[in-house]
Amino acid sequence: MAYYLEFEKPLEDLENKIDALKRLSDGSDIDIASEIKNLEKKAADLRREIYSSVNPWQKTLIARHPERPYTLDYIGLIAEDFIELHGDRRFADDAAIVGGIGKIGGIPLMIIGHQKGRGTKDRIQRNFGQPNPEGYRKALRLMKLAERFKRPVVTLIDTPGAYPGIGAEERGQAEAIATNLLEMSRLKVPVLSIVIGEGGSGGALGLSVGDRLAMLEHAVYSVISPEGCAAILWKKGSGELGQGDFARAATALKLTAQDLKAHKIIDDILPEPLGGAHRNPECVGRKIAEYILKSLESLQGKSMSKLVDERYKKLRKIGGLTQIQNLQ
Amino acid sequence: MAWFKKKKELKTEKKVKIPEGLWVKCDNCKEIVYKKEIEKNRQVCPKCTYHFRISSRERLRILADDGSFAELDADLATTDPLEFMDNVPYAKRIADNRIKSGLNEAALYGDILIKGFPAVLAIMDFSFMGGSMGSVVGEKISRAAERALERRVPLITIASSGGARMQEGMFSLMQMAKVSAAIGRLRESDVLYISVLADPTFGGVTASFAMLGDIIVAEPRSLIGFAGPRVIEQTIKQQLPENFQRAEFLLEHGMIDLVVERQELKDTLAKLIGNFMPGAAAK
Repeated sequence: MAYYLEFEKPLEDLENKIDALKRLSDGSDIDIASEIKNLEKKAADLRREIYSSVNPWQKTLIARHPERPYTLDYIGLIAEDFIELHGDRRFADDAAIVGGIGKIGGIPLMIIGHQKGRGTKDRIQRNFGQPNPEGYRKALRLMKLAERFKRPVVTLIDTPGAYPGIGAEERGQAEAIATNLLEMSRLKVPVLSIVIGEGGSGGALGLSVGDRLAMLEHAVYSVISPEGCAAILWKKGSGELGQGDFARAATALKLTAQDLKAHKIIDDILPEPLGGAHRNPECVGRKIAEYILKSLESLQGKSMSKLVDERYKKLRKIGGLTQIQNLQ
Repeated sequence: MAWFKKKKELKTEKKVKIPEGLWVKCDNCKEIVYKKEIEKNRQVCPKCTYHFRISSRERLRILADDGSFAELDADLATTDPLEFMDNVPYAKRIADNRIKSGLNEAALYGDILIKGFPAVLAIMDFSFMGGSMGSVVGEKISRAAERALERRVPLITIASSGGARMQEGMFSLMQMAKVSAAIGRLRESDVLYISVLADPTFGGVTASFAMLGDIIVAEPRSLIGFAGPRVIEQTIKQQLPENFQRAEFLLEHGMIDLVVERQELKDTLAKLIGNFMPGAAAK
């Protein structure tokens, strides 16, 4: 059975009805095909209506949808000869970040991404997609390996954030992320990042410094979660905060792909099927593969020093700056 | 069985009324100390050596050779790119903080002489919106790094921050990438970068330039981390170990080079520069 979000409830009722009718018509001679067709059209219209006006908080929920395709799903769909590589060679293999070498459209490249896990056991093993320092260090090891063999790096971003735990602090979570930011800014191969779900603050940024930054249509990317933002701003206990507070915070944070494109924080938006990526992962996979190939083509022929220089300038100009008149 | 665990330590805090102005109660040892004595002691408690949080101006007084600091780009201000609005519009929050702190933003930078060694120094100030990093802080740190590279003199930053500034959303987050890229250029040169961590340093500042120093120095007992202690406690639902995220804890775990008392900082910086970049003195 499909999982529906709160605001999709009217759609759920309708689609359940369609399913029931389909079962009824199976093996019986009553002709209700036209009725089903009618309802299907109605469901499609309803879905279009709902999805034409999803607000930032609803988008956050779509981005976190439990059926949303994850990094390994896309790798399975679009990569050939993929071999996953493990471990940071220092401490452990963090299952919240996966990476490996494979081909997309015949081009060998390093694919690295957050992995949330599906099903309770897998989710726990992958720490719900919240990496520890060793995850970032594994990612960096793979990026430096890619650099040596002149393989482009593609990162898929999908995390609630880097894990806030005792071990993470002891082993230098901040240092691990900071080092990735620095090293990715200097990497002498093309680096492409695509936010496929949740872009959770520094934990997402630690894999997403590069030449191109794109987001799926319903992905979000934010400096803080709407829940965290609401708790800080409206200083209520977590029990007192409601959907309304989160919605207000999500709107204020401008975390949608559309807002971030308008602010030139990201370069491109990749469209999703109506109802979100989980409705047709193959179609989204194709869009991702096309985007990777198109971006690599546009970066082709640039010398590595020019590539790194342009990346620097791209990062360097981000900021809303002006001058104050009356200095203190 | 919460009542069963409630075994409080029998330690009575000294409850003394403190006359306004003249005397200060130390946050750490709770001793009552003559304010002038603390000031003379560079805002360090003479009884327990607790380092009080100090302003960027006070830091300059402690570090700079007399009159050697020349601030740059003091007039940089945020455009409020998201037109962020919570209970108070962000623009008003900025205006209020400028009045309250007497500062233009949460960081300042400029040229400085430290015991005769020229350097570029950037200092964060926790009293301006918790030292949070938005567009202006990110820009100043980046410009400081670029200037140090151009002048071939060391870069020194003093961090004190709650992290990225929420009110500038993704613009703030991207400052982490921006400043790290600027430090990245230094990393490929022979220009020394010393990062000093003061109480408190967290979030997006720790996870960018603050932990990228060639040498990382922290003030004693400073709280330094990625996630705030409350967030960690709520996540793991356990009490945090004693000394967790203190400067000494980071030293023990190999995350920083030195814990240096405020009185010694200028000397330490001068020695480091003298050993790594002695040529800088001639400039």
